Amino acid sequence: MEIRENLYYSEDHEWVRVEGDLAYVGITDYAQHHLGDIVFVELPEIDSEYAAGDTIGVIESVKAVADMHTPVSGTVVEVNEALEQAPESLNKDPYGRHIAILRLSDPEELGNLMNAEQYTAFCEQAEE
Amino acid sequence: MGLRRTPLYPMHVKYDGNMIDFGGWELPVEYKTTGILAEHHQVRQKAGLFDVSHMGEVDIRGEQAEAFVQELVTNDIGPLKENQVCYSPMCYPDGGCVDDLLVYKFSKDRFFLVINAANTDKDFAWMQEHKIPGVTLENVSDRYAELALQGPLAERVLQEICDTDLKEIKYYWFLPGVKVAGIDCLVSRTGYTGEDGFELFTSPDRACELWEAILEAGRGTILPIGLGARDTLRFEAKMPLYGHELDRDITPLEARLDRFVRIDKPSFTGREALARQKEEGPERLLVEFEMTGRGIPRAHYEVQENGQNIGWVTSGGYAPTLGKNLGLALVKSEFARPGIEIDIIIRNKPVKARTGQGLFYRRPR
Repeated sequence: MEIRENLYYSEDHEWVRVEGDLAYVGITDYAQHHLGDIVFVELPEIDSEYAAGDTIGVIESVKAVADMHTPVSGTVVEVNEALEQAPESLNKDPYGRHIAILRLSDPEELGNLMNAEQYTAFCEQAEE
Repeated sequence: MGLRRTPLYPMHVKYDGNMIDFGGWELPVEYKTTGILAEHHQVRQKAGLFDVSHMGEVDIRGEQAEAFVQELVTNDIGPLKENQVCYSPMCYPDGGCVDDLLVYKFSKDRFFLVINAANTDKDFAWMQEHKIPGVTLENVSDRYAELALQGPLAERVLQEICDTDLKEIKYYWFLPGVKVAGIDCLVSRTGYTGEDGFELFTSPDRACELWEAILEAGRGTILPIGLGARDTLRFEAKMPLYGHELDRDITPLEARLDRFVRIDKPSFTGREALARQKEEGPERLLVEFEMTGRGIPRAHYEVQENGQNIGWVTSGGYAPTLGKNLGLALVKSEFARPGIEIDIIIRNKPVKARTGQGLFYRRPR
C-alpha cells in the first residue's frame, strides 16, 4: 500500500496536496484498495462551498457506495471530469487523480490532518 | 464474531482471499490479486472455481419422498428422471417464498435438495413441520463441501482429472460416485453464473485436495473466484436471488418464474394463492431496466414514473460483460413492460432509466 510524502491525510482516507491557496483532494491507495473496482464517480459542482468533512462526491465500486469528503473547507474551483469516463483510473493511480481542487478558506485546518508517517500508523491500526 | 468457516477456508487464506462476513460465514468477497471485475471476466472468458460450501443440503428419503417433495415445491418433479435436477421455488400457503432450491432426484424414494445458506435452518424447520409419514429428513449441510467450476473451459479442464465422460452429464443432470482426481464426488451440470459448468459435492476432508487438483488441472487457466463476482455473474445473467427477486413477500409469479410454478399440479403448498394470482394477474411484476442517466441502481432504491412511486429495485449494478448499468425492479404491473421511461431515486435525486426486455446476458451457444 502506497503512502506518499508531502501530502496531508484525513481519517476518511482522503489526501490533500496544497499548491498556494489551492487544495487538490483525492482518495488514498488504502481507500481504493478497500473499495475494490471503482465503476462510478459523482463529482461536486464548481463554485460550491464546503466545510471540512462535508460530502463533496460519491465513489462507487462494484460492491460499495462511498461518500467522498473534503478534508478542508473551501470553494470548488475545478473538478476532474476525466474520472466520469474513466472511474477505474482511481484504482490505478489514486494519488495522480484528484477529485477536485478547492480554494482554501481556512488553511489552518491543514494542521488537523495527518502527515504520511501518522497516516501510515493510522492505517496499520485500522487493519488490526 | 463467531463466523463459520467452510472446509475450504485454508484455500482462501492460501490464495489471499479478502474475507468478509457473508451471512455468518467467513468467505472471500474477492481474491486480492484479482478483484471482482477481473474474476467476473475470468469466468465469462475462461473458467473460475468457487467455494459454495455454505449452501445447505437436505437429504429426503422414504417411500413417500416423491409425494413429499412434490407438495413442498411449485415446480413439477413428476417428470424428473433419476439423476436429473430441477430448479423450483418453495412457497408458503400465501404464495410468498420460503426459498428457491435445486431438487436432485436419485430415485423415487431419495431426493437431495440444495438450498440457500442463509435459509438453511428456516427451510429445514419448514420441511420438518410439513413432514408426512413415510419420509425421513436430514439436514446434511455439514457433510458436504461444494465447489463450483464455471465457465467455457470448465468441461475441458475437469475432464482431465475425471474418470467419467462429462459429455454424458447434460445440463441439469448429475452423477454420484464420480472420481475427480481420485476423490469421490457428486457432479452436476448446474451453476449460478450464466455459463456452462459444474457443481461438485464432496466430503469436507477432501475439499482442499479437490480444489488444488482442479486449479492444477487448469494450469493457470482457472482462478479462484469470490462471492462478489458470483453475484455480478448471476445478476448479469438475470438469475434470481432470494432476498432480492424472491422473498417472504414476493411470489414466484411476481418474479416472472411462471414456468417453475406448475398450477396444473394437483396439489402443492401455495397452489390456491398462486392459481388465484395467476388468474387475476399479479399487481406487481419484475421488469428489466437500463440506466439512461448517470448512476448505478442498487437494491432497494425507489422507482418512480412521472413522480409517482411504482416500486423498488430488487438487484442492480454495473454489468461488467455488457458494460451497462442494469437493474431489475418490482413495479406495479402496468409499468412492467419494455420502453417505459422511469426514474431511479439515487441519493434523493431522480436519475433516468428505461424499462426493456432481453437487456441481460445470454451465453453465446
